[in-house]
Amino acid sequence: MSPLAKLLEAALFAASRPLTLEELASLEPETGEAALRAALTEVHATYSDDHGVELAEIAEGWQFLTRREYAEAIDRAQFALRPRRLSPAALETLAIIAYRQPVGRLEVDEIRGVDSGAVIDKLLERGLVEVVTRGEGLGRPLLYGTTPQFLEILGLKDLEELPRLEELSVALRPPTPAEEPE
Amino acid sequence: MTTPSPVMRDQSGFVIELEQFSGPLDLLLHLIHEEEVDITDLPISKIADQFLAVIRDLALNQAADYLEMAARLLRIKAQMLLPRRLGDDEWEDPRAELVRRLLEYQQIRELVDWLARAAAVRAERFGRGYEAPPPDAPPAPLQIDLNDLLAAAERVIALIPEPMLHRVVPRPLNVEGATAKIYALLDERETFGWLDVVGPGASIVDVLSAFIALLELAKRGTVSLAQPEPFAPMVIRRESPREAA
Repeated sequence: MSPLAKLLEAALFAASRPLTLEELASLEPETGEAALRAALTEVHATYSDDHGVELAEIAEGWQFLTRREYAEAIDRAQFALRPRRLSPAALETLAIIAYRQPVGRLEVDEIRGVDSGAVIDKLLERGLVEVVTRGEGLGRPLLYGTTPQFLEILGLKDLEELPRLEELSVALRPPTPAEEPE
Repeated sequence: MTTPSPVMRDQSGFVIELEQFSGPLDLLLHLIHEEEVDITDLPISKIADQFLAVIRDLALNQAADYLEMAARLLRIKAQMLLPRRLGDDEWEDPRAELVRRLLEYQQIRELVDWLARAAAVRAERFGRGYEAPPPDAPPAPLQIDLNDLLAAAERVIALIPEPMLHRVVPRPLNVEGATAKIYALLDERETFGWLDVVGPGASIVDVLSAFIALLELAKRGTVSLAQPEPFAPMVIRRESPREAA
């Protein structure tokens, strides 16, 4: 590997979270983006097959992760534990916030048909959503959006990786789109 | 993609645990899948009856949301029964809003399945070690002397609310006085305004007394009360020859 690739490998090994391109660039301020990407590709290729870990592109950054096939053994030996699963209510709320962001609590309540205040508070606490701005209108409601942590727990590179609504088997837009409560 | 549904068909029929649903929309979708009916052409009467049957055995901890939905279903059911004229273009399907919400919710459920799968896959891959502790500095070690401690205790004690004592006083309403005043005004004029009765700067007790007196007189048919528009001053009109009280 090139010296730059080895530097990136070391930094990515040292970090316990995904490092973004900007963060990696701060290792060698002289380096251009193209060189950085080339070096990342080099590291990625090195860890492609005969290694227990791989370089994953995740949450708008890169991180070394163990391969899936070793999850069971590592989990059983309790060297690392699988994170707690999110409740259906939490996932519903996350889905709505991910697709409608920035979105206020009332709209989430409306779509779910139940009060979502407590669920949103828990998601805030876990750092999966955050207040991104305040809405217009009465009381200037807080509007929520997803965080990089959200991408991280789903193993997504960015929000673009979420399924497009038109790919789902259910069409969101009904024949009469005039009544959207926007 | 197959439609993922939370259907858990119970052998014994309709034993549905409400806890397994995240809300009334979820329960409705479940019933719709169970009955294999067309969501865009809901047999509202059937679905409403089943919905009611399910929530009848409801543990009441989440009742409000479910009851609201029950009320909505019954209203739609009633609206569907209203006769409509043939070729009435104005007719709007009372189910439309509910169907829109159900479709929207069904889409969310599909996304939930997708997110759950993604999270499960991600959970099989471990990053290095555990998360570093959050960057905020730990709180400085506590250093206080006895005086500080006593002062703090005093502040806490001062915050303990005094027991609240209420004195209940009889309301000094003067309905008789107000009635007498209104009778005096009725002797003078056929109509007069609210402000003639209470005068400017009336106290809350005066206002209440006058109001009760007016209501009583209106009930007896002595006066009629009118309000030209909301929040406008009342107009009081003599109704019939004064009866001897």
